[in-house]
Amino acid sequence: MSAVGTPVLEARDIRRDYTVSGGLFGRNRVVHAVKGVSFSVEKGRTLAIVGESGCGKSTLARILTLIDPQTSGEFLIEGHPVDIAVTRPTPELRRKVQIVFQNPYGSLNPRQKIGSVLTEPLLLNTDKSAAERRDLAMEMLVKVGLQPEHFGRYPHMFSGGQRQRIAIARALMLSPSILVLDEPVSALDLSVQAQILNLLADLQDEFGLTYVFISHDLSVVRFIADDVMVMYFGEAVEHAPKDQIFADPQHEYTRMLFSATPRADPVSIRRRIEARA
Amino acid sequence: MPLLSVRNLTVTFATSTGPFKAVDGIDLSVEAGQVLAIVGESGSGKSVGMLAVMGLLPPTATVTADEMRFEDIDMLTLTGKRRREIIGRDITMIFQEPNASLNPCFTVGYQLEETLRQHLKLGRRERRARAVELLRSVGIPEPAERLKSYPHQMSGGQCQRVMIAMAIACQPKLLIADEPTTALDVTIQKQILDLLMKLQTEHRMGLIMITHDMGVVAETADRVIVQYKGRKVEEANVLSLFTAPREPYTRALLAALPENATGDRLPTVSDLVAAQTAGAAR
Repeated sequence: MSAVGTPVLEARDIRRDYTVSGGLFGRNRVVHAVKGVSFSVEKGRTLAIVGESGCGKSTLARILTLIDPQTSGEFLIEGHPVDIAVTRPTPELRRKVQIVFQNPYGSLNPRQKIGSVLTEPLLLNTDKSAAERRDLAMEMLVKVGLQPEHFGRYPHMFSGGQRQRIAIARALMLSPSILVLDEPVSALDLSVQAQILNLLADLQDEFGLTYVFISHDLSVVRFIADDVMVMYFGEAVEHAPKDQIFADPQHEYTRMLFSATPRADPVSIRRRIEARA
Repeated sequence: MPLLSVRNLTVTFATSTGPFKAVDGIDLSVEAGQVLAIVGESGSGKSVGMLAVMGLLPPTATVTADEMRFEDIDMLTLTGKRRREIIGRDITMIFQEPNASLNPCFTVGYQLEETLRQHLKLGRRERRARAVELLRSVGIPEPAERLKSYPHQMSGGQCQRVMIAMAIACQPKLLIADEPTTALDVTIQKQILDLLMKLQTEHRMGLIMITHDMGVVAETADRVIVQYKGRKVEEANVLSLFTAPREPYTRALLAALPENATGDRLPTVSDLVAAQTAGAAR
């Protein structure tokens, strides 16, 4: 358990470069995907990372979830420095951070039953018996708003929203402390999106989870985030508490993002109709 | 006279578990110079209805309607040859996935000129000139150079601009845009919507905007049809839809917008349906 106020997740000047082959005769190029990003998230809070495609937010997510190593910079989980390029992460470390991906159709194996999806993390990382694993999976299904009888079904039998619930359940099976959510609702319908956002809020309260929520949808971010970090071409151009950033955006790019977001309030509709007439 | 008028449109798919009605008795009409938004969740039949008008549905679909008229042409009894003359020239459509809608094996210039070759009697030089002009009008820099590009060499936003250029190539009277910005970033979405609205006003086109995004509806539409499970739930002008929605489903959709959240929970459509059935039982 971390003490109150100490960050669960901390990044100091994280950088990530990729080398792109220049072909047979060309010279190799280096792409700086993340150019020195620092932040920290306290237990039970939500940091939203906002930016458009290519800004490095998913690269950052891959570093946070121990999929890719950082090129340089320090990265701490519950106060312990992590660099998977130097030391292989232990199973204890791996279970602390889990991820939910954007596309609930692509992130589940179509030939794997839901029960096996949910028990696999336990099989690989714990020495629980088959019966225990099964009970835990059933319990988790109920917690994410599905039924125990869904245990033996295949992914194609579920809707997009239900699949995203399954992906969330899978991520929670190892009782992680940090959940990285990479655009978890952008592939979903408006009403289903609302259900999933409510579920995420409930689960955060129940398990004291820390969220890193990656999104390009500012209205969703406004609903779920505590702090917001805006990324642009690999740099964090603005990082502030939610209320502050929405009330008084400092950086030009943040302002541009806000003005590009469609507004559904009657005042702006009336203004548009008048301009059109 | 409306540009397009459809009465009692029904689309049924033959599936292994029996017939499935995707669109169930939809009426709609669009005037020249008007923007009609059709909004609904996935499975509400909003795309299928428009594909039926275009004649793009697979043979498993049965389309019936009391009336389906484009200007004075009866679209129900149209021969294939006549339909192909109209589709792509007077009525055009753009789709959600710009990268998937373009053929990866041909340059964008070739694909753009193919539309012109099919529908307009232009010489080779004139076609080339028109293609350059079209790319310029949709805001692609260095249009003459870009004609030689393949779709994979362009970004999603640029591919969607090429799709729009193809759609307006023959100055259509009606443009159907099926979720044109869903796959794009917000900043690019803004640019594409602005472009569509500019072209719509300039050419006084009828525009049908199919979307699930209430924000897009608010930014573009004159009139809105809300669809749910293949049926029309509500039709209203855009301002009254947002200020005084009549139907519970519309109210639920608007309440589920994250920016309208009042507490720390979002009301969902199923909450509302549950509340309603409880109310009806009482």
